[in-house]
Amino acid sequence: MHARRAIVFRRMGRVAVYLILIAATLVCIFPFLWMVSTAFKTMAEVYRIPPTFIPRKPTLENFSKGWGYADFTTFTKNTIFVALTATLGTVLSSSFVGYGFARFRSRLSGLLETVLLGTMILPVQITLIPQYLLFHKLGWIDTYWPLIVPSWLGGGAFNIFLFIQFFKTLPKELDEAATIDGASSFQVYTQIMLPTVRPVLLAVTVMSLVYHWRDFFLPLVYLNSMNKYTISIGLQFFQSAYGNVRIGMMMAVSLLALLPVLVIFAFAQRYFIQGIKLSGLKS
Amino acid sequence: MNALGTASRKQGGRRYSAKARRDALNFYIYTSPWLFGFLVLTLYPIVSSFWLMFTDTTLAGTGKFVGLANWVYAFRTDPLFFTVFKNTIKYVLMYVPSCLVISFVLALLLSRNIKFLGFFRTVFYLPYVTAGVAVTILWGWLYNAEVGLINYVLSLVGIDGPNWLGDPKYAMISIVILSLWTIGNNIIIMLAGIQDIPSSYYESARIDGANELQCVFHITLPLSTPTIYFNLVVTTIGAFQIFDQPYILTGGGPMNATYTVAMHMFRNAFEYGKMGYGAAIAWGLFIIAMALTVLIQWSSKRWVFYDH
Repeated sequence: MHARRAIVFRRMGRVAVYLILIAATLVCIFPFLWMVSTAFKTMAEVYRIPPTFIPRKPTLENFSKGWGYADFTTFTKNTIFVALTATLGTVLSSSFVGYGFARFRSRLSGLLETVLLGTMILPVQITLIPQYLLFHKLGWIDTYWPLIVPSWLGGGAFNIFLFIQFFKTLPKELDEAATIDGASSFQVYTQIMLPTVRPVLLAVTVMSLVYHWRDFFLPLVYLNSMNKYTISIGLQFFQSAYGNVRIGMMMAVSLLALLPVLVIFAFAQRYFIQGIKLSGLKS
Repeated sequence: MNALGTASRKQGGRRYSAKARRDALNFYIYTSPWLFGFLVLTLYPIVSSFWLMFTDTTLAGTGKFVGLANWVYAFRTDPLFFTVFKNTIKYVLMYVPSCLVISFVLALLLSRNIKFLGFFRTVFYLPYVTAGVAVTILWGWLYNAEVGLINYVLSLVGIDGPNWLGDPKYAMISIVILSLWTIGNNIIIMLAGIQDIPSSYYESARIDGANELQCVFHITLPLSTPTIYFNLVVTTIGAFQIFDQPYILTGGGPMNATYTVAMHMFRNAFEYGKMGYGAAIAWGLFIIAMALTVLIQWSSKRWVFYDH
C-alpha cells in the first residue's frame, strides 16, 4: 500500500517536471513565433483583435518595404565586417595570450593573472570615457577602430581565461617533447596547442561572432554617420523613427537581423553550450 | 607551484636562472597584446577617469580642475542623480534573486534524467543567444497595451493587463521580465554545476532513507553553492550596468521610471558632452557595484560550501 502510493507520487512528480519544462519552452519559443507571424501580416491584420496566429493573407511586403526604409544592406555589410575582423582578433589574441599565461612564468605572472580575473568584473562604464577621449585624440571616432582594436589586444578577459583553463589541462610533456625535438615556443603554440584545443577555438569564435553581431552599446557610442551604422544601431534608429506604426515591418527586419545568429546557433550549438559550461567551471 | 620553484632553485643554480629568464621573456612576449591593452585601455582609463571626475572636461577632451563641483552638482542640483541609483538598485534587487531562483529550479529539473534534455537546453538557451536590439523590439511589441500578445493572453483568463511600458508602476517590472527571459546562460552554468555532483552522494543518502526533496535541500543545493555564488557575482555586476533594454524600449521613461545609472552616464557624457560629470556617475556606479561584490564575497564564507 505504502509502496504503491510512493510510486504514484513519483509518477506525478515526473509529470510535473515535464509540465514545467514544457511551459518554460512555450515561454521561450512563443515570442519568436509571434515575431514570424507578425512579420507576414498586413497592417490591418497586425492590429486585429482577437489576434490571428496564422496570417490570413500572408504578405512579403513587410520584408521588402522594411528593408528599404533605411539602408539595411549597408548596415549588414558593416556588421559583417566588424564581426569578422573583431572575431579574428579575439580568437588569435586570446589564444596567444592564454598560451602565455598557461605555459610561462615570470615574477609577475601570478599577480597579472589575478589582475586579468579582476578585469572581468570591472564595469565598462569606468573605462569608457577615457577610452573615448583617447580614441578621439587618435581621430578614431565614427570609425570601426574602437570596435575592432580592443579585440586584437587580448579579446576580453573571459576568452583569455577560457584558453588558460584549457591549456593548463594539457600535459606539459606534450610541449616539452616538441621542444626537445627543436620546436620553438611559437611552433608549439601553432602546431600542438591550437589544434588540440579546437573545440575551445570554435566556442570562442561562435560566441564572439554573435557578440559582435548583436553588440549595441559600443557602436552607439562610437558611430555617428548613418552609412557606418551596424545592424543593431540601424534597427534602433528604425524603431525610434517608425516604432509603433510599422510593427509588421519592424518584426520583419528584426527577424532578418536575427537570422545569421539563428543559423550560427543551429550549426554550432554544442560549442556555445561548451563555452558557457567552461566559463562556470572555475568560480 | 611555489614548492616546485623552490625545489628547482635549490637544484639548478645557473641553468635554472637561464631557463627562468627565458620563461619570463616568453611570458611577456605572449601576454604582450593583453598587457598593452590592459595598460592603455584599462589601467590608464581607470586612473584617468578618477582624475576626470574632478574636472569639467568636455567631449573634445579639454577642461580644467573644478574640485568637488561634479559631486556637489550630483548631490545638490542634479534632480536625477538619486533617481537613477534608486531605479538601478531596484532593478538589481528584482532581477538578480529571481534570475538565480528560476535558473536553479530549471537546471534542477533538467538534471532529473529527463528525455529530450538536449532539446530543452537548446530552447532555454535560444533567448540568451538572440538577446539584443531585435529581441528587445519584439518584446516592445509583446508589451503593447492595446494589441500586444501578453495583454491578449491575460484577457483570456479575465485579467485586464496594464500598460506595461507606459505605466511608471509597471515599466521597470517589464524590463525585469524581459531580462529574465534571457537567462539561458545561467541555466546552463547551474546545470553543469549540478551535474558535477557525484552520484554516490545521492545513492548513500537514499540508502539512509532520504526522499527526493531532502536530497535537493541537503545535497544538490549546498553542493551547488559555489556555482550559485559565481552566478550571483557575475549577474549582479552585469545587472548594475543595465542599459540596452530601457534605452531601446522606454528611453528611461515613463516619468524616469526606467532611467538607469548607465543611461544617465551615457546621456551626460555623450549627449551633453559633460565627460567630467559622466566620469563621476561612472565612479558612483563602480563604488556601489564593488561594495556589493565585496559584501557578497564576505558573506560567501557563511553560505558557500566547498567540497574539497
